[in-house]
Amino acid sequence: MVDFSLWDILRNLLLASRWTIGLSLIAFIGGSTVGLLLLMLRLTKLPAVEPIVAAYVQLFQGIPLLVQLFLAYYGLGLFGINTSPWVAAGIGLTLYASAFLTEIWRGCVAAIPRGQWEASESLALSFYEQLRYIILPQAIKIAVPPTVGFLVQVIKGTALASVIGFMELTKVGKTIANATFSPFLIFSCVALMYFLLCYPVSLYAKHLERKIHVHR
Amino acid sequence: MRIQLDFMAVLSEWPLLLTGVAWTLSLTAISVVIGTFLGTAFAWVRARGFGATLAPAWLQAFVGAYVELIRNTPFIVQLFFIFFGLPAAGVKISAEMASVIAMVINLSAYAAEIIRAGLEATPKGQMEAAQSLALNRSQTFVWVVLPPALKKVWPSLVSQIIIVMLGSSVCGQISTKELSYSADLIQSNNFRSFEAFIIVGGIYLLLSIGTRQLLNWAGAKFLFGRR
Repeated sequence: MVDFSLWDILRNLLLASRWTIGLSLIAFIGGSTVGLLLLMLRLTKLPAVEPIVAAYVQLFQGIPLLVQLFLAYYGLGLFGINTSPWVAAGIGLTLYASAFLTEIWRGCVAAIPRGQWEASESLALSFYEQLRYIILPQAIKIAVPPTVGFLVQVIKGTALASVIGFMELTKVGKTIANATFSPFLIFSCVALMYFLLCYPVSLYAKHLERKIHVHR
Repeated sequence: MRIQLDFMAVLSEWPLLLTGVAWTLSLTAISVVIGTFLGTAFAWVRARGFGATLAPAWLQAFVGAYVELIRNTPFIVQLFFIFFGLPAAGVKISAEMASVIAMVINLSAYAAEIIRAGLEATPKGQMEAAQSLALNRSQTFVWVVLPPALKKVWPSLVSQIIIVMLGSSVCGQISTKELSYSADLIQSNNFRSFEAFIIVGGIYLLLSIGTRQLLNWAGAKFLFGRR
């Protein structure tokens, strides 16, 4: 039995939450990039693209994140790539986030009235110009609240990276709980840390949502 | 580099996979029934603007805190808290019991918010009509306000149920014998890790597509059809 003071526990958990935040940022930035690319592909209305993107979304929304992480972890190993938890967790979470974000943003673009496309087309704007000047500025406004809301899902999702050996908040919590035999206290602290990370983001998303509804 | 995949090695362990599917579906079914029921109760406590809430202010605040706490912490932490934390506090529970409790808690918080949105969208005229028929408050809630509210939010509720089903894969971490636990057992038998998780991922995909179809169909046919 190791003696940990409450301060030791909190300090270690605080240090561990760095990796939770780091991984969340990687997943969010990676997911946004891939999601944006997929959205653009879908908007070009090329023949085979739409069903492929739809299948991609269906695939990553229909498989548990845990299984996706295992697939990334073992798959990378199979292809001879060094399976550090960072790489596997980063890739797994990026794919997961991209599927959700591309679906969220598709809805936001679809919410722009058809007339906007038609009007911009009649101004002889190219597809790129239509997106750049007419559609995206309006779509982004609608997209911000649900995107911020999804960030909470990403932060919570990083907790699963603990199962492939990523030393983040949950994993460190479990390790300390095993060492101190006081899981009740430790997991309460871990939950509290996640809450402190997620709740401000939730509140901000709610605030943004309210702001948009006022403008309408 | 040549990669050889051997799916038969995994599929030949089909009894394990079948057990996993059975556990995943039963865990989900039990949690959905209890979780939706609890979620409705919480939604009733929290909802404003449809005139039926009788809940005292302290209860509203308590349920509000519960919903926010659950929605802003990861499922795996909730599960660990219940499975490892409760026994340390003197409550002994099995892994399966812990899984069901965690799933119920998780779903009830999300369902509460979803159903509340439906309740708050109920037109005031509905309540007035119910009052003029001399229905009391609880009759109004059960027969007038709740059915159209549930019908309105049914698609979101189905999505949340599927998220909870996929989330049950985490319960394998405390050795509940659900589907992802089967994959873990199989890969420890034959070292075919990648194949095992591909197949289990495929099964989850089929389960989530099937469940969505089933619930959408059942919702239209039995729950909210025209009577």
